[in-house]
Amino acid sequence: MALTSLLPDFLVTKLDHVASLLRKHSLWPMPFATACCGIELMATASSRYDIARFGAEAMRFSPRQCDLMIVAGRVVMKMVPVMQRIWLQMPEPKWCISMGACASSGGVFDTYAVVQGIDRFIPVDVYVPGCPPRPEQLIRAILDLQDKIQRTGTIDAREFADRSSYEGPTSLAKELSPQETIVAPGDYRTATRLRVPLN
Amino acid sequence: MPVDAIPATDEIAGADQEYLYTLNFGPQHPATHTTLRLILTLDGETVVKAVPDIGFLHSGFEKLGEDLDFNQYVTIVDRMNYISPVANEIAWHHTVEKLLGIELTPRCKYIRTILAELARISDHLLCIGAAALDLGALTAFLYAFNQREAVYNIIETASGQRFHPSFTRVGGLMADVTDEWVELIRKFIREFPKAHADISRLLNRNRIFVDRTKGIGVLSRDDAINLSCSGPIARASGVVRDLRKDEPYLAYGELAGAFKVVCAKGGDCYNRYLVRMGEMLESLNIVQAAVENLPGGPVNVDLNDKLTIPDKTATYRSIEGLIQHFELFMWNRRWETPIEEVYGANETANGELGFYVVADGTGRAWRARTRPPSFIHFAVFPDLIEGHQISDVPAILGSLNIIAAELDR
Amino acid sequence: MPGYLDILAARFPGAFTTSVFRDNQRVVIPADKAPEVLLPLLRCLKEDCGFDMLAELGGIDYLNYPNATDRYCVVYGLTNLSTGQRVFVKAFTNDPEPELPSVVELWRGANWMEREVFDMYGVKFTGHPDLRRILLPHEFAAHPLRKDYPLRGYGERHNFATVTRAES
Repeated sequence: MALTSLLPDFLVTKLDHVASLLRKHSLWPMPFATACCGIELMATASSRYDIARFGAEAMRFSPRQCDLMIVAGRVVMKMVPVMQRIWLQMPEPKWCISMGACASSGGVFDTYAVVQGIDRFIPVDVYVPGCPPRPEQLIRAILDLQDKIQRTGTIDAREFADRSSYEGPTSLAKELSPQETIVAPGDYRTATRLRVPLN
Repeated sequence: MPVDAIPATDEIAGADQEYLYTLNFGPQHPATHTTLRLILTLDGETVVKAVPDIGFLHSGFEKLGEDLDFNQYVTIVDRMNYISPVANEIAWHHTVEKLLGIELTPRCKYIRTILAELARISDHLLCIGAAALDLGALTAFLYAFNQREAVYNIIETASGQRFHPSFTRVGGLMADVTDEWVELIRKFIREFPKAHADISRLLNRNRIFVDRTKGIGVLSRDDAINLSCSGPIARASGVVRDLRKDEPYLAYGELAGAFKVVCAKGGDCYNRYLVRMGEMLESLNIVQAAVENLPGGPVNVDLNDKLTIPDKTATYRSIEGLIQHFELFMWNRRWETPIEEVYGANETANGELGFYVVADGTGRAWRARTRPPSFIHFAVFPDLIEGHQISDVPAILGSLNIIAAELDR
Repeated sequence: MPGYLDILAARFPGAFTTSVFRDNQRVVIPADKAPEVLLPLLRCLKEDCGFDMLAELGGIDYLNYPNATDRYCVVYGLTNLSTGQRVFVKAFTNDPEPELPSVVELWRGANWMEREVFDMYGVKFTGHPDLRRILLPHEFAAHPLRKDYPLRGYGERHNFATVTRAES
């Protein structure tokens, strides 16, 4: 927002504080529920462990309307471009919770098909361990995220603009040289598989 | 090299297909129960052709089955039909025990029966709740989830985890159950019929629900047999087959008088809903009969059998227990299995869940193939949706109870 | 001996062997006989012996298995709905070009199950209307359930672009 560069700093920090307060108490999750953690996510949203107490019950399935992506469940190779495209469709400010062991690190599935942690491909803010995590753990993650938003949130999301370096685990993505890998999966920038893949 | 996911549509008679519209019912959509993709060809609102594209949750389960031994793989099998995980474990160990020729103790059989039936109730509750949610009935979803929390309590009391308990072991269970568990089950038996009646009152004669499900997605009996359907979907089409009565396993033989098999004749979504509602009440009868007649005695097969894991007291305090624990857990030891293969099937909430286990003499399976009911039922979907409208897609998907993890494994 | 085995032995002499383990009755067709015998044998079981439901269709790779003669096997589990009997027909095939006739004309439910066997093992089914990969991405180049493919793959799962915070 150009306005924030015109105002004096002490006013901007006050505005940031108010904006973060409002945003953290009305996070709209985008439930990217793939597997079993999705059921615990649904259970967190049901009557017993009501997530509506924290303002997060509006689970809109359209990424354009959400600000929190909860990746619940294992993400396989075929799903990574989909996940990336949904992440890019969400407007700033946006945050990501990686729920469960499979989303955080691959979990029990150290196989040819499951990515070993979505933070290799998407920036993640809060990780929730567990297989599946209990609803209380997910609620704790939302509370932690609320703290994070309060501490670091800005009214025009300018805190994200400079973070252009990769933030995931270091010893990874290219474990094999490009000559050794034998497949070129779809790039999220191209269209679906209905078109000829760009080789 | 062209990659065409949709085969050519030339066979639609007389059409120049300019007016047909391709809609991607993508892997991320509220009404696709987790990750499945449908490429729908629409003529206005009518679905002319539906091509499913699956594999968005394919995690390499069967490859893991060749890498883990029989007791470790139960943790993975849990994560297949994640709505009723205990049923998967029971089916897996049923097959492994068939392979190894182990006969369970009566107490173990009854406890596994109770858990399998509770898992069935929990699965049907979620199926009906999610189907209702997709059609707009939010209250039924919340009522169903409330009852599922009661089932989670029971499973948590037995094993320590709400779901994915990994509770069964070769020859028995992880641990015996307590009196508190029995009390919780009795409480559930008292309270579930009221919630069931609530959901029936909300949905059975609800004009909107009935209009959206009656006559939709009709599966004839011959089609159900030809397409290998099983479980509530086949029974709602008139195929009278239930493995609990036809090939009794666990305690179903002894409890055969406690339950009936619920079937219907129409084969549409409404019939499938009614079959599931009826099956929940029959399952409750089985649970009641089993819990009142729970035999005493040990829950794991005799220690001298060398196939079961000894409990911690025996492991730490007796040399035989320590040796047996060592023999079963160290990497180069484990069981000796016959060099044979076997198929064993259970009747889970979704249908016939079978495992084809090929053993090679070591403690790991050479091949652990799952016969996934969701996979087979999703293949039926393009036949069911043809000619219906796009708003019938969630109704039919909801009635087929497709669990993506079992679909893709 | 169950009656249907006599019918099969009369119609296809010497084409198969049988065995029983626990309560599974198996009919094993070796790789040299499988292409001609499989489809007529299954049709005979379906139409004359009453096995109207195909319960299971799975693949197995017997590379380095003790006492194995052929490599790929496809197991067809049939059920007779009126009597509840089951029979398991095992058909073998070998490298290179493992192929078997498709049974989609007998049971439409075999369509996806055969596609999955093709996807995981590379066994082609002649006569299948739409044989392409079903669970893995189309551009995946290997058949993962073969015994010579490692559990963790050849790095396909890492081969994606990374999105950073600054991209929006």
